[in-house]
Amino acid sequence: MRTTTFWLLTAAVVAAVFGLSRYVTNDYYFFAAYLVLQYIVLATAWNILGGYTGYVNFGVAGFFALGAYSTVVLHKLWGPPIPVLIVVGGIVSGIVGLGMGYLTLRVRGVFFGIATLALAIVIQTFITNWDYVGGSRGVYIIRPATAPLVGNYIEYLFLVMLILAGMSVAIARTVEHSILGFGLATVRDDEMAAEASGVPTLRLKLVATVLSGALMGMAGAPMPYYVTYLDPASGFSLSYAVNAIAMPLIGGTANWLGPVIGAIFLGTIEQVATVTISSALNLLIVGVLLVFFVVVAPNGVMGMFQSRTRRGDR
Amino acid sequence: MLDLFLNAIASGVLLGGFYAVMTVGLAISFGMLDVGNLAHPAFVILGSFTAYILNSRYGIDPIVAGIIVLPGFALLGAVIYETYYWSFERRGEEGVRGLSFFFGLLFITEVALILIFGVDYRFVEAPYIGRSIDIGLVDLPLRMLVPCITAFVLIGVLQLFLSRTFIGRAILAVAQDGQALRLMAVSPKHVKRVAFSLSIATAAIAGSCLIIIQPVEPSIGRDYIGRVFAVTVMGGMGSFPGMVIAALVLGIVESLTATFYGPSWSPAVAFGFLLLTLAFRPSGIMGR
Amino acid sequence: MSGPLLQVAGMGKRFGGFVALDGIDLAVERGERVGLIGPNGSGKSTFVNCLSGVLRNETGTVQFDGQALNGLPAYKRTRLGLARSFQLPRPFRSLTIAQNLRIPLVYTVNARRTGRRLTEAAIGERCAQLLGVVGLAEKADRRPSDLTQIEMRKLELARALAADPKLLIADESMAGLSHSEVDEILVLLGRLVDQGITIILIEHIMRAVMSFSERLVVLVAGRKIADGLPQEVIRNPEVERAYLGE
Repeated sequence: MRTTTFWLLTAAVVAAVFGLSRYVTNDYYFFAAYLVLQYIVLATAWNILGGYTGYVNFGVAGFFALGAYSTVVLHKLWGPPIPVLIVVGGIVSGIVGLGMGYLTLRVRGVFFGIATLALAIVIQTFITNWDYVGGSRGVYIIRPATAPLVGNYIEYLFLVMLILAGMSVAIARTVEHSILGFGLATVRDDEMAAEASGVPTLRLKLVATVLSGALMGMAGAPMPYYVTYLDPASGFSLSYAVNAIAMPLIGGTANWLGPVIGAIFLGTIEQVATVTISSALNLLIVGVLLVFFVVVAPNGVMGMFQSRTRRGDR
Repeated sequence: MLDLFLNAIASGVLLGGFYAVMTVGLAISFGMLDVGNLAHPAFVILGSFTAYILNSRYGIDPIVAGIIVLPGFALLGAVIYETYYWSFERRGEEGVRGLSFFFGLLFITEVALILIFGVDYRFVEAPYIGRSIDIGLVDLPLRMLVPCITAFVLIGVLQLFLSRTFIGRAILAVAQDGQALRLMAVSPKHVKRVAFSLSIATAAIAGSCLIIIQPVEPSIGRDYIGRVFAVTVMGGMGSFPGMVIAALVLGIVESLTATFYGPSWSPAVAFGFLLLTLAFRPSGIMGR
Repeated sequence: MSGPLLQVAGMGKRFGGFVALDGIDLAVERGERVGLIGPNGSGKSTFVNCLSGVLRNETGTVQFDGQALNGLPAYKRTRLGLARSFQLPRPFRSLTIAQNLRIPLVYTVNARRTGRRLTEAAIGERCAQLLGVVGLAEKADRRPSDLTQIEMRKLELARALAADPKLLIADESMAGLSHSEVDEILVLLGRLVDQGITIILIEHIMRAVMSFSERLVVLVAGRKIADGLPQEVIRNPEVERAYLGE
């Protein structure tokens, strides 16, 4: 399937889902759907660096929260519309990703992984010490009374995240089938051989890191309006990383579809569990599922249907 | 001003000693065995909580409690290594999946502790907590001195073990070359399992030390991830003397930062060290 | 086109206290057939790794085709025309055989500033051509895990060739192969020389090295102890000592 066709199809799916949502009256479903969509973005973003390139990012929360806190700052300064906030969130996270990547991508992948985790904690330290965004006490964000296009602000957030999810999936697939994606696969398979074949591995890794980080920042940008109260403890929760990793690992890391499957599957389970059991137990389940799948089914659900990872035609 | 400075240095040294005992397990698992055990700090916290239970229920001294649970932790280490080996190492897939495995363990441990103990801070009681020794201008709190001494004793014992016993030297050897070990009719996997069990066992003692120094709640393990990895990397990945020096340097710099700029910046110090080390270390790390 | 294609001067490399390379000098002219031998641990692989940029040599300089290589990352060296194959084959496991060959075509040949970029069709042609040369045409759409040992080694060579190199360093491509398989590779290498590619052949199989090389270099414990005509080098007493019983 050609790339443009895929983008058109994705746009069609987004439009269709949005159309269907017009018949939903209970706001709770929009709240729940927003979270699942957010995880589609996070899982897809993680997979670009984790699944396609083979470099693990444990600091998902850091990039995500950077987007959220950029929104807080801009909201206090002058309150631009959400699309602007999303772009800014993406840029901020992208730049941080570039900086960190430049320092840590030249050594082995395991050091990069550790650095991402430490980075998230450091960003959290900075935010906790910054009173302008509320410090450790947190900050309240008031949702605008009316929303462009759809009236109800929750439905607007849902639409925004729906579009973002569609975009990230289309971007992932575009990368996958491009020369860049081809090169990323060689970095993942054998970095030394890739260099010997003329692949500029550092450059490609940086691109993947920036793209991945930017998407995560974009997913975080609308977050303050969604939760209305943001504090570092929840904004930097480790569960973002666990989910962003578990979802592609469960769904399959070889292509764009795995993270989507994982996000919908795990996201739905979590929504049900949080409501019926408890949120702490829910987190435990996610952690156990992550370990279970990593140990037992390394290629995820998708991998179990295919005997080996496939690459599309070029 | 001078006494502020001297005290900062003194607590820095004591803190460094503690960082060393917290890191020694990782120096073995990551530095020598190349197993990226992200969950190491979580096991230390686990050690803190076992010390807490034994201390609050039976009044046992925390360090003694740590020694009591040593076998249990060693067994846990063996089980974890077996799983890791079976799932990843023998297939050569230690990369993304291996790290994710340990990350998952980190997370599970933290959440399980929250479910059992809640998010309140727990602390232990011992006769030496709260008292200090005064030497001139310098004030040495016993709650930091005792862990520091324990740390050096433990590291000393481990160093002797590694250099004097057969299995210890096998561990040092497997860190360099597993093939050569096979020629000596020693199974590298067996040696690695012993080493990994040892590394988790040290977490029991480190946990006891931690809860003597400060109250503990389940999620503070994360604050230490940057520190233990920074110390391991700076210390040259597996060299004990290097690790001790790196730990002391980190402890002193953090202590000075906390004294003169405020304690909330401490986690950033370790990360800064880690980044600098990774950025400027010669490319010998690559292709190791 | 003056001067040697490859000029190595005083290359040194240490790993901690261990000296892997101790001041290696080597000059290779265009079109030469050079054999490089040495006992295990003599530094041959380290030498190749330093030349190709995987490792950084602490001392010494390398000039390739008039360009200084010191400090250049590995991929740039490949793009300059210095290709190597790996001792233990390192194929891209998630790609097909054909795609394995596309990578250097896309990332080396097409990435070079000089010369015209290959079109999709041209890439496909070159792929098929290379596959034909090494006899892997039928397995073009399979994965590396479907290949036999010798096929993997041929893939290694083919992938290095796909980068259109001026100098090819073949690192023990023949280990573990049968008599006839070794001959197959030798014929292949001979054809490459005819096409104008300079080759450094690193091997343990003496028969192959002797029949291929017009010049023989011997490394022992990180030092070059002999460099000259194969027949003479073989009779060098130091070389004999290094290869007792060979």
